Order: sequence, then structure tokens, then C-alpha cells
Amino acid sequence: MLHIVKKDVPKNREKIVVRLSAVLAALAVASIIVLVAGANPIELYIGIFQGCFGSVYRFSATIEKMVPLLVLSLGVMVAFKMRFWNIGAEGQFQMGAVGTTLVVRLLPDLPLPIMLVLMIVASFAFGAVWLMIPAFFKARFGTNETLFTLMLNYIALTLVTALQYDFWKDPAANGMPKIANLPENALLPSVSGFNLSILMAVVIILAMYYFTNRSKIGFEIAVLGESENTARYIGINVTKTIIIAALVSGGLCGIVGMMQTTGVSGALSTEITGGLGFTAIIVAWLSGLKVPFVVVNSFAFAVLLQGASYIQTAFQIPGSVAEMIQAIILFFILGSEFVLQYRFVSDKTKSEVA
Amino acid sequence: MEFVFFLAAAVKAGTCLLYATLGEIISEKVGHLNLGVEGMMQMGAVVGFIAGFTFGNPYAAVLCAAIAGAAGALIYGFLTISLKANQVVTGLTLSIFGVGFAAFFGKNFVGKKVPEAITTFFAPIKLPVLGDIPYIGQIFFNQSIYVYFSYFLVIAIYIYLYKTKWGLNTRMVGENPVAADASGIPVDKYKYFNIALCGALCGLGGAFLSLVYISIYPVNVVSGRGWIAVALVIFAMWNPGKALLGAYFFGALDIASFWLQQYTLPVSIYLFTALPYLATVFVLIFTSMRKSSNKKEPAWLGKNYFKEDR
Repeated sequence: MLHIVKKDVPKNREKIVVRLSAVLAALAVASIIVLVAGANPIELYIGIFQGCFGSVYRFSATIEKMVPLLVLSLGVMVAFKMRFWNIGAEGQFQMGAVGTTLVVRLLPDLPLPIMLVLMIVASFAFGAVWLMIPAFFKARFGTNETLFTLMLNYIALTLVTALQYDFWKDPAANGMPKIANLPENALLPSVSGFNLSILMAVVIILAMYYFTNRSKIGFEIAVLGESENTARYIGINVTKTIIIAALVSGGLCGIVGMMQTTGVSGALSTEITGGLGFTAIIVAWLSGLKVPFVVVNSFAFAVLLQGASYIQTAFQIPGSVAEMIQAIILFFILGSEFVLQYRFVSDKTKSEVA
Repeated sequence: MEFVFFLAAAVKAGTCLLYATLGEIISEKVGHLNLGVEGMMQMGAVVGFIAGFTFGNPYAAVLCAAIAGAAGALIYGFLTISLKANQVVTGLTLSIFGVGFAAFFGKNFVGKKVPEAITTFFAPIKLPVLGDIPYIGQIFFNQSIYVYFSYFLVIAIYIYLYKTKWGLNTRMVGENPVAADASGIPVDKYKYFNIALCGALCGLGGAFLSLVYISIYPVNVVSGRGWIAVALVIFAMWNPGKALLGAYFFGALDIASFWLQQYTLPVSIYLFTALPYLATVFVLIFTSMRKSSNKKEPAWLGKNYFKEDR
């Protein structure tokens, strides 16, 4: 009889080999769908790469897609470290964008630097509050945060819908349900296609690396994630730690709302998140909750996203094909984790170990 | 009388939610939080429609929809049960997959009509005696056979979960797989069976939309209702009977904004759509404040079981 046992921590090299084989296997399976869609899979996969690296413009588009995903994943990661399943990044993202727009609506004539600072603060606060509500109930009553944060996504989405179709509807848009574009003095400055949010992302990466690996609170969050009893025993204030982690996690996701409104879309809308909040959960999880891997994996996903939008126009392939390819790759990577964490042994070797 | 029509419409709108919710209850009872409901409904909706359109046979359509949903669920099941993948992440991925799947395979059917053989088969039938009860008959017993089948399922699933040995074992696996395993229950088999059942029911929920609820196939027929079903499971506190009431309540909210357009209201009509989620949040908070365990989520919900950890 074969048994499954847990393995030692896998080496980085083994991880890379297994992940890459998973991606290749996934692409092989996805080829069937590509063939059904009437395209040549090899050409299509090459097309994905060309769409990401083929020109400076395309590369900047890849980076533009990477930045929000990266910051969202880092935000989600902080909560996950505590075993607090924040799947509400979508909602915190939306709320951050609401906070940003609110600043502009209240104080439309501020000079750009002050405007930017205020928008960052507001988006952080809105995102943070959106996660601190479930965090408070988790800390106080043990309320299930997975389901709570999931619900808050849709509450945020309805709020934005109401703003877009009712309260903040642009009267100048000829009845179109849209919120007015932000004025010049509220847009992120950009240099040759790369906007300021890249700089913000770099600062956030460094800050989060320090926060999770070097700071006291980062350590406390990790301990609390391992065992609440241990945390209490060594004198960590559990409620306070949960609230701070939620503040950072939700706040970071909120800031993405500001980056996207002011740097990419130019206005708040119900479509602003594009499902990135959910993708970020997957990225954070696959990165083993480690900052450097989050950076690498966000880039890999950005390649997929940018490649997907490129092949839609270049190959006349519907976006749904790209969605399915993405999901198939994820299925394979999720499944390949098993190879990294467990191994098969026969009964004989097992009894020797015991 | 107008209000009776509204309630009858609410029952119809809630039926797709009811199927999916019953499915997700079963999955969560066995300890698996499957956030792929939206994806499985999408798969059921599109496969059900294509089968119905191709064969013109309601039985074939419904059967194919259930198989499609179950197939989606088995991808999730294989990854989370056998390969111990994270349930939340796998479920979300299944939703992405299902949405893409439905958009891709449904593309050529957008704008097509449901065949007449199927529309006639699923047309409202007034039940004898029951249908003549004032108000109640009009609301509940002048509906499609698809709706009647969901009444039957509520009772059947209640009996399955609470009155049979299999149901008891299922719940034990969800509450404490270690003890279940020790007492000789084949944990993985129970998980696979119940997860597949969940997928089939979600598929049926999706197909209700594409075969009964609409008459012309739209671009996105499920459009987020799967997430409402996830909410409903909590709202119903994992109880099939309450799921029925909850589904009609959420169904009413679903059509309320359209129905309320004729009145002038002091609040934005768009905020109404938030009510199901707000209600769910309150239920979550209240159930966690109250410590009674039979109204809470199963103890091992979301956690995978690894035999050798025992």
C-alpha cells in the first residue's frame, strides 16, 4: 500500500522546476481550447509574449497591469500571514477609489502635490476601515472573516453603482451613467508612459519587506497566525494586532483604488477593479506569503493579463479564452503544490521510519 | 392582487438561488467552502442551454446542466480533497474558469430563443386543489415544474442530511473528520460525493436561468447570482428549510428594484441590491455572538483533512 506523507520544506530549485512544469502542462491542456477557438496554440503563446515585451509601449502596459496587482497582493498577504482570510480586496480597492474621488469632489482646487497626499491618505483610510469592520467582529466575537469580507465586496460594489448611477452621476455625460473624470490637478504625473504609481509600488515593496521581516508588529502578526495561544502566552495583545494588520492590509488595497483612479482610469466606476482583488488572493497564496515571490508572481500574472488583452485584438480571440487559460494554469499550479508538500511512501519504508 | 404577482415572481426569481444554495449547503456541511458556485452555475447554464437548443429535449438539457456543474465541482474536489489545495483559492479559480467557459461556449448562442418544446414543458402549471388556495396557490402552486422540483429537493435534502445515516456521516466529516475517520467513515468518498452533488445542484440552478427564467439567451445569464447563493447559505444558517425562505426573500430583493421603479422613493434604488449582502453580514455577526453550535458553520469548514496528521 502506498501512503502519503508530508515532505520537508522543498528547495527553491525544486519549487521552480515543479511550477514551470505545471505551467507547461497547463498550456498543453489549454491548447485544446485554443484549437477549438480556431487559433494555433504555439503562435498564440508566442503572441502573449510579444504582447508583453514586443515594444516599450507594451512593456509599460505590462508594468501598468502589474502595479495594482502587486500592491493588492502585498495587502492581502499581511492579513493572510495572520491566517485572517481577507478576500475583500475587491471591496477595499473600490472603497479606496471612492475615498480618492471624495477628496477631489470636496476640494477640487488644491494644487497637485497636496491633492496627491490627501488622496493617498483618504484611499488608505477608506480601504482600512472597510477591513477593520470585519476585523473588529473577528477579534470580538470570532465572526467568520472569509464570508464577511466577501459580502463587503458586494456592498462596496453596490455603493459605487449607486454613486455612478445616482449621486455622483455626471450631468454633462448626456444621460450616460458615469462619474465625471478627475481634473488635471488630480491625475498622477507620468514619465514616458510609466506613471508615478511605479515609484509608489517600489516604496511599498520595501516598506512591506521591512514590515513583515524586520518589525516587531510583523513578527507578532506571524506568531498570531501560527497559534493564538502562543501569542497570548508571550504577551501579544491579540485584538490590537488583528486591528493593526487589518489597517495595513485594507489600507494597501485602498491605495490601489487611488492609483487606478488617478493613474489609469481617470474616474471611479464599477469596473475599476476588473477582478484584480480576487487575482491578488491567488498571487499572495501562491507566493507563500513572501514579499519577493509576490513581486515575481505579480509580474508573471501581469504578463498573462497583458498578453491576454493583446491576443484579443491581434488574434481575434475572445477574452473568455484568456480567462480559461488563466484558470487552467492556476488549477495546475494549485495541484502541483501537492508534489512539493507530500510524497508517497510504501508501507515498508513507513514502518521503518516509525 | 398586484402584490401577489410580485410574490409569485419572487418565488420564480429565488428558485435559481435555491438550487445553488442547497448545493453549497451540502458542500459546506461536508467541510468544503466552495467559492466556485458562480462558475458552476455558469457552466450549468450554458451547457443546459446548448443541450436544450440542440436536442430540444428538456430532460437532456437538465441532465447535461447537472453533469456540467458536477464536472466543475469535481475539478475543485480533486484539487482540494486529493491534492489538498487551498479551498478558497481553488474555488475562486473555478469561478474564473466557469465564467470564461460560459462566455466562450455561449458566444454563438447569444440572442437565440429557448426551443418551444422546452418552454412548453417548463410553463407554469396550476396544481389541482393546492393551486386553488387563495393567495398561497397563486404564489407557490402556479409555477413551473422546475420550481416544484425545488420544493421536493428541500424536503429530500433535509431528510438526507438529518434523518439518514449518510447525512449524519456527512455532517460528522464536516464537523470532525478525525473522529469520522477513526470511526471508519470513508472521509474522502463522502467529500467527493457531496461536492459532486453540490456541483450538480449549482448546474441545475444555472440552467433554471437559461431554460426557464429567460426566453432569449443573453451575454451573461448568471451575472453574479452565484455569490448571492454563497451569502444565502450563511443567511439560512446551513438549513435547507430556511434556505427556501431566504431564497425567496433574496429573489424578492432581486426584482424589487425593477418593481419599485414605479414609485418615487426617498433613497437610491441601487442601494436595494446591497440588502441581501447586508442581511447576510448581520446574520454572520449574530450567529457568531450566539454560541449555539447547530446554527454555526461546520467546525472544519475551509480546512482540508490530511489523514497522516491524525
